[in-house]
Amino acid sequence: MSDVSVQIETATPGAVVAEFDHVGELTVEVQKERIVEACRALRDGPSQFLLLSDITCADFPDEPGRFRLAYQLTSLTNGGRVRLRAWAGGLDPEIESVTSVWPGANWMEREVYDQFGVRFAGHPDLCRILNPLDWDGHPLRRDYPIGGEEVQFTDAV
Amino acid sequence: MSTTDPRTGNFPLAAESREAIEGALRENRALTPTERVIASVEAYTAEEAAERTLANEMLADTRPGVRQPLLLNLGPNHPSTHGVLRLIVELDGEVVREVTPVIGYLHTGIEKQCENKTWWQGVTLVTRMDYLAPFANIKAYTMSVEKLLQMEVPPRAEWIRVLLAEMNRVASHLVWLGTSGLELGAMSVFFYCYRERDELLDLFEMVSGERMNHRYFQVGGCAQDLPPGFIERTRKFVKEMPKRIDEYEALLTGNPIWKDRMVGIGVLPADQLLALGVTGPTLRAAGVPHDLRKVAPYSGYEHFQFEVPTATEGDCYARYLVRVREMRESLKIIEQVLDGLPEGPTIADDRKVVLPPREELAYSMEALIHHFKLVSEGFMVPAGEAYAPIESPRGEMGCYVVSDGGPKPHRVHMRDPSFVNLQATAPLCKGTYLADLIAIVATLDPVMGGVDR
Repeated sequence: MSDVSVQIETATPGAVVAEFDHVGELTVEVQKERIVEACRALRDGPSQFLLLSDITCADFPDEPGRFRLAYQLTSLTNGGRVRLRAWAGGLDPEIESVTSVWPGANWMEREVYDQFGVRFAGHPDLCRILNPLDWDGHPLRRDYPIGGEEVQFTDAV
Repeated sequence: MSTTDPRTGNFPLAAESREAIEGALRENRALTPTERVIASVEAYTAEEAAERTLANEMLADTRPGVRQPLLLNLGPNHPSTHGVLRLIVELDGEVVREVTPVIGYLHTGIEKQCENKTWWQGVTLVTRMDYLAPFANIKAYTMSVEKLLQMEVPPRAEWIRVLLAEMNRVASHLVWLGTSGLELGAMSVFFYCYRERDELLDLFEMVSGERMNHRYFQVGGCAQDLPPGFIERTRKFVKEMPKRIDEYEALLTGNPIWKDRMVGIGVLPADQLLALGVTGPTLRAAGVPHDLRKVAPYSGYEHFQFEVPTATEGDCYARYLVRVREMRESLKIIEQVLDGLPEGPTIADDRKVVLPPREELAYSMEALIHHFKLVSEGFMVPAGEAYAPIESPRGEMGCYVVSDGGPKPHRVHMRDPSFVNLQATAPLCKGTYLADLIAIVATLDPVMGGVDR
């Protein structure tokens, strides 16, 4: 087990589900209920992952968890990186927001909510960000069609 | 709720106010802070401004001595907001109490489109995200795909990439400096900066045939070698440019008006910037020497001698000084690349990924088959995920790709520094004057193509 997994396990035992080392990148998969504790442990731990680079999501319609979130963490002490992964669930996807750990997660989580429909519990301002506020559906889901949709804003010209 | 305001007809802004309210009603929840502000600034029928909007609460406070705040809408097409950025500002007199950035006006769904194109076609799409740093976009994208393919890129290709990325950094900072000057009333700087930027665009055109949105980097290397005459012309530019930067600095650095508008304006401590995810010159101006070219060198940046300019003040002026010094450092790197450019191929020799050389198509059946397969079906990328971060002119530009093993990406996501840095607008502007907001947004240097993607 890597140092990162050990740190998470020390702070919140049983949170780490799996660990992958692929193309030189470390990925740690954690239980979705423990994502906030895991993030906080890494931020405050010895390698100081102070910078949350990115939160994003990928849709796997055939998987039970369906929405796989990826949190890219950067350490300032040695430039090390780790990716935390969690499955948000297929029906009514929801995961706890990490805005309490990094306020910068605000817009990233709004983007995931907007594009994938994953809800972030405890987010202070969870509304759409890139699409219009009353947009129908979540465009980056795999079952959202490309092309053929009605052209928006035609009433404005 | 009426759908047509008799005074304005179907005025689109009022419709958007309704959208905010109806979107929340449909999901059966209260309005979020952003939705409230959007609904309030645009509500002007009595029904629309009903109960739930902020404007009403604010106007209701009529106690003597309580000043009436003003919700002011800037943008999305305000001339000094760097593109289609919309800011809704809550003003107390001239002092900014709260800023709500509203983005998405340039959202074109590039990430979705990438999923429906082959890996090599994605290169063309991603260059159009941050349109002032196209080479940074493609660099991040090709790097992440190469990571999944576990592909070695020839040294000459990597050096050319470094060369163009640094020229791109200078070009991007020139646009930033010129437009920031315009926004703060220093008009002549714009003409100087664009003169030099045009020379850079000419050089980019020599290399790629395009002045913007170059499709020059490929998965595996560069599309072709540098054209004849390019190195000489770039050398001339690098020799000339430091004098030009001196000219800009003579106009601005000691200029009392410039300093009045910038010194001490828009300060946040480094730990708060980090918590917000801010990277790039904005973070370095607050004293954190975090530059991916030094911290986690890629593409052979470890071979070059350069410094990472930092400052401690963290104000607009410090961000200005850091960017100007960065241009000088980039010129140093460009010079080193020109001096030591290794010989050799400019693209990897992997026929399953890289197009065969053009001349081979005339005599090799195998090359022709490869060419046909690569163009029609595309190349396969092993399943997995990868994240490749680079230092763009605005901070950490990262590309996250997920492959399911096929010829098309399962997911492409760009971590664009403009998007993340823009979150710092509200905390930076709180308590400053409205005029300072323009200086703060200018020195944050957001590019809306990158923000909205």
